[in-house]
Amino acid sequence: MLTLVVNGKRSSIDVDPDMPLLWVLREHLGLTGTKYGCGMAQCGACTVHLDGEAVRSCVTPVSRAAGKNVTTIEGLSADLSHPLQRAWTEIDVPQCGYCQSGQLMAAAVLLRENPHPSDADIDDGMAGNICRCGTYPRIRRAIHRAAALMAEGKSR
Amino acid sequence: MSATPAVSRREFLKTSGAGAGSLVLALHFSTLAPSEAALAAPASEFVPNAFVKIAADGAITVIIGKSEMGQGIYTSLPMILAEELDADWTRVRCEFAPVDPAYNHTVFGIQMTGGSTSVWSSFEQLRKAGAVARAMLVQAAADGWGVSAAACRTEKSFVIHDATGRRAAYGELAAKAAAGKPPAQVSLKDPRDFRLIGKSVHRLDTPAKCNGTATYSIDVNRPGMLVAVVARPPVFGGKAKSFDATAAKSIRGVKDVVEIPRGIAVLADGYWTACRGRDALKIDWDEGPLAGYSTEKQRAEFAAMAKTAGAVARKEGDVTAALSSASKILEAEYELPYLAHATMEPMNCVAEVRAESCEVWTGSQLQTLDRISAAQAAGLKPEQVQLHTTFLGGGFGRRAVPDCHMVVEAVQVSKAARAPVKLIWTREDDMRGGYYRPSFFHSLAGGLDEAGNVIAWKQTVVGQSIMAGTPFEPMMVRNGVDGTSVEGAADTPYLIPNLYVDLHSPKLPVPVLWWRSVGHSQTAFVVESFFDELAHAAGKDPYELRRTLLAKAPRHLRVLELAAEKAGWGSPLPAGRGRGIAVHESFESFVAYVAEVSVTPQGELTIHRMVCAVDCGPVVNPDTIEAQIEGAVIFGLTAALRGEITLANGRVVQSNFHDYPMLRIYECPQQIEVHIVPSTEKQGGVGEPGVPCAAPAVANAIFAATGKRIRRLPIRAQDLRSA
Amino acid sequence: MKKYPARKTLGVACLFAALVFVSFAGAASPGGTASPAAPSAHDDVGARRAFTAAYGVFLHPRCMNCHPSGDRPLQGDDSHPHAQNVQRGPLGDGKYGMKCGACHQKENIPGPHRPPGAIVWRLPPPKMPMIFQGKSPHELCEQLKDPARNGGRTLQQIIEHVSTDKLVGWGWDPGEGRTLPPLSREEFARGIKQWVEKGAACPE
Repeated sequence: MLTLVVNGKRSSIDVDPDMPLLWVLREHLGLTGTKYGCGMAQCGACTVHLDGEAVRSCVTPVSRAAGKNVTTIEGLSADLSHPLQRAWTEIDVPQCGYCQSGQLMAAAVLLRENPHPSDADIDDGMAGNICRCGTYPRIRRAIHRAAALMAEGKSR
Repeated sequence: MSATPAVSRREFLKTSGAGAGSLVLALHFSTLAPSEAALAAPASEFVPNAFVKIAADGAITVIIGKSEMGQGIYTSLPMILAEELDADWTRVRCEFAPVDPAYNHTVFGIQMTGGSTSVWSSFEQLRKAGAVARAMLVQAAADGWGVSAAACRTEKSFVIHDATGRRAAYGELAAKAAAGKPPAQVSLKDPRDFRLIGKSVHRLDTPAKCNGTATYSIDVNRPGMLVAVVARPPVFGGKAKSFDATAAKSIRGVKDVVEIPRGIAVLADGYWTACRGRDALKIDWDEGPLAGYSTEKQRAEFAAMAKTAGAVARKEGDVTAALSSASKILEAEYELPYLAHATMEPMNCVAEVRAESCEVWTGSQLQTLDRISAAQAAGLKPEQVQLHTTFLGGGFGRRAVPDCHMVVEAVQVSKAARAPVKLIWTREDDMRGGYYRPSFFHSLAGGLDEAGNVIAWKQTVVGQSIMAGTPFEPMMVRNGVDGTSVEGAADTPYLIPNLYVDLHSPKLPVPVLWWRSVGHSQTAFVVESFFDELAHAAGKDPYELRRTLLAKAPRHLRVLELAAEKAGWGSPLPAGRGRGIAVHESFESFVAYVAEVSVTPQGELTIHRMVCAVDCGPVVNPDTIEAQIEGAVIFGLTAALRGEITLANGRVVQSNFHDYPMLRIYECPQQIEVHIVPSTEKQGGVGEPGVPCAAPAVANAIFAATGKRIRRLPIRAQDLRSA
Repeated sequence: MKKYPARKTLGVACLFAALVFVSFAGAASPGGTASPAAPSAHDDVGARRAFTAAYGVFLHPRCMNCHPSGDRPLQGDDSHPHAQNVQRGPLGDGKYGMKCGACHQKENIPGPHRPPGAIVWRLPPPKMPMIFQGKSPHELCEQLKDPARNGGRTLQQIIEHVSTDKLVGWGWDPGEGRTLPPLSREEFARGIKQWVEKGAACPE
């Protein structure tokens, strides 16, 4: 039995410790916001946070997550109140939307570590996430916008 | 005008309903008939037709028969209806329709999404649906107030009688309106009075796509559901001779192994276990006729074929005579590879076959055929099959498959295993699974007279037909010409007196399919690049020569001039930079791009700027159009710079994003500007027309910057390096 | 190269070293009779030879790919820049959501083209980049001897590092589809040990 804390909720799961975290989240915990895209850490659609750091859950054995805090898109904020989600909705970033959970989770780490990212910082933080629809220009705009929203929030 | 005119898309759409024959369900000319589901609505709800429901609390649900794959119809179609309904937009929601003749494509005659047709083909239908609902609400209010309906107006989900100052919300009127009769005639708004249409509106699907709640078929879960993966032949056209599942079945969690016509399916309690089970299968394959085949072999075969006469797709004047009289002749060969759609959500389908019924959940672009095929596979009647359309994690044509294999596999496995099944294609299955944009080889000759006028254009096209062997073949393949193989070439608008386009459609077991922008995805690159070659050979500015030869194509001309103006065509550029231009019509929209690039001596390409002009006729949601064009530029450039599926030893070489890479955020053009032409012309599509110009605009800019002519895609660094 | 302001001096030193090397080689080659020095004895020729043999390991993609000259790790046997625009980052373990541990686990993931892994997976930090890529045998050798550029290690610690470090060891257990360095780890470690014991002279 493995104990996982996902979005603040503790669960005990009986699975092969080598099973990728992605499938535990999707198939055992019903958290389907985290997506399967490539299974080999190429596309970033499965990005979640492990103790605050972004990981590709499709290649992360569930054993690595045992006892750590896992945050998925469902835990970023369900009510779209996170500055990134506010910016994403304001700019209408998604098209098909399939990659966007991963994009948002990657962007969340970027903004936490760099509240005022330049375009180059965005390139450094976001290049692990593929968007087949080509929403990159809007992702860039939305990250800048989220940074501004965060700054406004602090100055208030 | 031509010997064997390529069938235009709209012509095809007009006639295919009849042409597709038995596959097409009864055509619903009465497009406003309620669907079966709508008829079963609660009495308090007002359901005037198949497209809208108004609840007592004022919630308005627009039901759309089209699929949302990112192109934005989940918002733009409700906007059309809400406009005529005068709905309070903040109360409008959208729902995917069940499969029902009420939702058949108004031109295709089947329920499907494709060809960049959703908005224009639904425009009048949804306006009428909204107007009928509005008229019934007005009548209900007027009857209640004892006033004339003509004296009432509507605004933001209220019926208002100004003379008495009375107002009634649509929700309050719903039950009463439901008892009313739809009017025989409704009048539609003057477009000048539009309040929603033409204004940028936030997408209705954005919130669900930002918190993980949007449901794609891969997210569907059913009680007792098993997950299946299928081992398919390593070579197209192969099949399993025998297999041993002993080891697979011994893995904890593997529940069953079943053979279906397309391969061996392993069912397990989860995806990861199913994959491990599949890895443990021992299968003896018969590789079939393509064993040993390779891209090199294909190239040689295609090149040889291009030297022979094909089926004539366009013939104007006498190209042979014109070429022999030309003072300058240019010859070139162009090549384009197979391309995978590589939707972010890999192919998958959930099927639950029961004794007397079947349910299917899938991101379908072709519901009517998918349901018929599911029924056949389940041994049921189509009416016994309920097909639920989910969000599509990308489509690009891949989810509209005439053979419906994605759904058929899932139904077959569910039936054999007697359990609900989610059948998932791994990324590798998806990448190697075929249904590619065909590879193409073009052989061209162009003739210039002494004054540098283009007097001759001869083009031989070689590539597999995507229509051959499908129900669409009788309509789309005429006199040996698949119109989609030569669209964008055979119907070129350039005024060239002697024009000849012919086509070879070799038959191969590699499955091919429409891929975002279909034939235009390859013809625009070839035509716009070779046109550029002719302009340079004639010593003419490529933009000016286009203008001259598009004199009778005003919508081409308009976007061409707009793109050139916004890009500052002709103005000085920093050293090392070059500009390239391309213009193309597809799906009845007109697009021109100007690319600005530079290339390092090591062959590293930077795309500094893409300036895009688009005329798609009257616009519904401008922000969506901008998004579609931005995305299409990146989609087109991904193909131009990276995309290539190759074959070696009969097998597809590429398997995942490491060897079939997508452009990433840091590799995109630094600036993409979209300029929409205000237009009252005929509406065209938006999802696809942004793709074709991307590759030729960049290739032409590379020539301007470096003098290197790109005639083969994808563009490789070695093609760009200084010698 | 701009990281080495003393380039001119170095160049002269190189030239000098090369001359010395040529003259030694010339002396040793006829008949090949030069006897190997005792293991602990000072032996510049032997030391240089040992280092030159080991050099191929340092420059092999399994080792060099994480000792790049720029700020992006390299990938594959052709040592192309790591896809996904991966950066060294302020501590050498990547940047933002693109830290090494986002994809690389504590061991290799089975299957071709899957992210390789080891107990630690990172680049040298920017303050101590320990660049191998593009270094001549001489330059690399001098760098390895210089505690200011080798991670503050003594020569004994260098031997220790190449012999026992787990991330170094990954180079010989790189997972499916990756080529191995030209020497075994034992040969490599022995070569470095010999180089040190013979006085750690640098080639050229």
